[in-house]
Amino acid sequence: MNLQQTEPSITRKDDSQEKQKRMIAGHFDRLACAQETGQKVVYTFVPGNLTELIGALGMLPVLPEINALQSGMRGKSAGYIAEAEKAGHSEDVCTYVKCDIGMLKSGNIGPTGTRLPPPDLLLLSYTGCFTFLKWFELLREEYKCPVVMLHVPYQPDGHITDEMRTYVVNQLRTEVIPTMERIAGRTLDEDVLKQWLDRSRLAEDDLVAVWESARHRPSPIDGYFGGVYYIGPIFSAFRGTDAAVDYYRSLRLEIEERIARGEGPMTPDGPATRERYRLVIEGPPNWTSFHDFWRMFSREGATVVASTYTRVGGLYDTGFRHDSARPLESLAEYCLGCYTNLGLPSRIALLERYIRDYQADGFIINSVKSCNSFSAGQLLILRELERRTGVPGGFIESDLVDPRYFGKANIENRLQSYLQMLDANLQRRSA
Amino acid sequence: MRCVVGIDLGSTTTKAVLLDEHGVLVGRGITNSRSNYEVACAIAQKEAWMAARFTILERMLEDHQDPSLRDLGEGLKGGFRLQLYLVQHAELANEIDSLLNAPHAAPYRNVLAGPAKEILDEGEHAASALFHGAAERKSDFFRDLAGASFMAGAERLTKSHNVPFERLVGLFDRAILNVESRPMDYDFGTLLRKAAGHLPTIVGGTNEALNTVVEQIVGTPIEEIAFVGTGYGRQTLPFPKEAVRSEILCHGRGAHRVFSNTRTVLDIGGQDTKAIQVDEHGVVTSFQMNDRCAAGCGRYLGYIADELNLGLHELGPLALRATKMTKVNSTCTVFAGAELRERLAMGQKREDILAGLHRAIMLRAMSLLARSGGVDNEFTFTGGVCKNPMATKILEDLVREHYGDQIHLNIHPDSIYMGALGGALFALDDVKAGKPGILPAFAARSRSTPMRAMV
Repeated sequence: MNLQQTEPSITRKDDSQEKQKRMIAGHFDRLACAQETGQKVVYTFVPGNLTELIGALGMLPVLPEINALQSGMRGKSAGYIAEAEKAGHSEDVCTYVKCDIGMLKSGNIGPTGTRLPPPDLLLLSYTGCFTFLKWFELLREEYKCPVVMLHVPYQPDGHITDEMRTYVVNQLRTEVIPTMERIAGRTLDEDVLKQWLDRSRLAEDDLVAVWESARHRPSPIDGYFGGVYYIGPIFSAFRGTDAAVDYYRSLRLEIEERIARGEGPMTPDGPATRERYRLVIEGPPNWTSFHDFWRMFSREGATVVASTYTRVGGLYDTGFRHDSARPLESLAEYCLGCYTNLGLPSRIALLERYIRDYQADGFIINSVKSCNSFSAGQLLILRELERRTGVPGGFIESDLVDPRYFGKANIENRLQSYLQMLDANLQRRSA
Repeated sequence: MRCVVGIDLGSTTTKAVLLDEHGVLVGRGITNSRSNYEVACAIAQKEAWMAARFTILERMLEDHQDPSLRDLGEGLKGGFRLQLYLVQHAELANEIDSLLNAPHAAPYRNVLAGPAKEILDEGEHAASALFHGAAERKSDFFRDLAGASFMAGAERLTKSHNVPFERLVGLFDRAILNVESRPMDYDFGTLLRKAAGHLPTIVGGTNEALNTVVEQIVGTPIEEIAFVGTGYGRQTLPFPKEAVRSEILCHGRGAHRVFSNTRTVLDIGGQDTKAIQVDEHGVVTSFQMNDRCAAGCGRYLGYIADELNLGLHELGPLALRATKMTKVNSTCTVFAGAELRERLAMGQKREDILAGLHRAIMLRAMSLLARSGGVDNEFTFTGGVCKNPMATKILEDLVREHYGDQIHLNIHPDSIYMGALGGALFALDDVKAGKPGILPAFAARSRSTPMRAMV
């Protein structure tokens, strides 16, 4: 039973959002019929996902962490986590993992209410998160299916060397693609892959335009709460598809129209009426009380102009694009360049850039309990950013999908205190 | 007198501070929150309002032409508080009487009625000593004072009259909850006049002059021109959004007002601990607070006190008597009782365990301070826990150990009011900026609400 009282959302949905909803429903319908249609299913993760390869081989991707966050938003994660804990998973285990395992043990019903097919292949194409390895070990035990792993070197110095790229490309050539071909029962057609990559690039261009629209005042988008909807198609099953190209084109036009009308972003209470604070956010949102969490910001007039979470599936606004002229090389660079593969100095530099480029009044770190590896060092990030930019930072703590770790009063208290602190500092400076 | 009001709704206590238009503190009040923030808010505010009237008294007496009246201020205040205590004590006696007359109490009525009456009569007779001249009280709350008196009587009678101790003190526990959650019906003027009537005749003067002063105090209007609410329960206040401020900002501002060199503030309240950095103007520049777990906060000490059958105010002094410090691993509030019982079962002394518990709490606070940016000079400790002498002693030691002996630690005896003071200062800012948070409906209601005040 979910004891958290959540206000219903009265948001008028944008056309792009309706379009995305239809796309996702279609994808889960295809997954539900996969065993009948004979389409092979690949479970993989968002960071460093190889959607174009999966698509070019005619297979369907399933992204367990997206399913977990969807379960969180639909109020199902508490039950799933309890199931996983009953099966022996400790309280300290990543709650995405437990939510996924619990969903599996509860019948593997996906977010749209249809049953998810078992994987034909577990494709681990990002190894920066040790939990991902253990997660797929668990799924391998459950499903008794093959695993293929792409080892992705960490970027300690913030740049990709030729050796790193070659190392990843070689693995793609010699291990990953042959395994995928064996499962798919067909050979990879490089021309088809190039077409997928070209479509990815088109969508990526439009997504970057959407991110950069936040430079306007007022920002026409919320680059965090609204942003997680914007990344839906490109971070999941749709990158490289015509549907994604169409979605991002219409999203971009929608945003351009909003700029022309001088409108702010949509919020759970309708269109934003004021932009009192422009913020940058580091860390994922809480999913179990997502709309409550969003309202804490929107009702204070706080718009998020940029966030790092919305870049975990691709840092396109730093220049990366999938490139059909260098198909495997660009796939390798994509895997190497995802945000979670960056060291603290690179993460700090990116946040600093966002604070300056988007003229943020402040920045907030939402540190999640589930993810020790990603949360480690966030206080250091905060202090260093304050030192470099002179912009005060705020720190809040919650979790991804375990509602037990979302303390509404506590988080609201911290956020309001932080925003009032911004006001007080602003007043003092202008006095 | 025109005043601004700051109200701090803490999870344990609710505080109110009144400042005059020049920012001078004229009154303050405190009461148990008891999860009923609206009642607590009205009570604390009225308490502050009452204190403001005594400030008016002091100002009047300072310049009074009759010098014999000048020394009467404290006596009148003490006399008033005694009268207030007696009103509450009578209510407590009535409540205990009602409980004893309830049908389910029939089997014990004859056993408990006599001893309960004896204890209450003794408490009533002993009350004047609590408010006499420079009498030192261990607490400002009726619950604590009456509770200590009842407990002492119950212990004595249990030994001499074979009365079941648990049932006897259980009567008090039930009665005090009912007494505290009901509005108290009294009139300020009536009690003040009664207090004045008990003052000794002024040597060489006349009581007529005193009576005139009393009527002036009662009749002086106090106009509340702006409000700011803060604290854990601030969202429940019937205040407009503009008149609600974060307690972090308020504690920082309040601490800086009292100790103007403050750069770091530690506030340990009932539900949360806050480490705050402020600049030279008292503006918060950085802060950290505990997450939703209340481990190591005031509530933890509350559970420990309950577990030991002690008043919260008794914990610190008892811990100071420790001869060694027990190592305590957990400050988890949920497991507070288990931790304590485990140690007691191992034969460790109460005071030694308490000393260890206090250290564990302060170590958590030190971690928050470090995360907020460390301890800068000067360092001010606020919130309910700063009234605990063991907590402050350990904090002092830890700060010296981690940040050297150049850090000056400020602990004001009235630190518990810092949040409300900060709120009042923000309210004053609002007045100066021409946008005070005026709450006519609330103000009018709270003024007319009969109150249950501290004594």
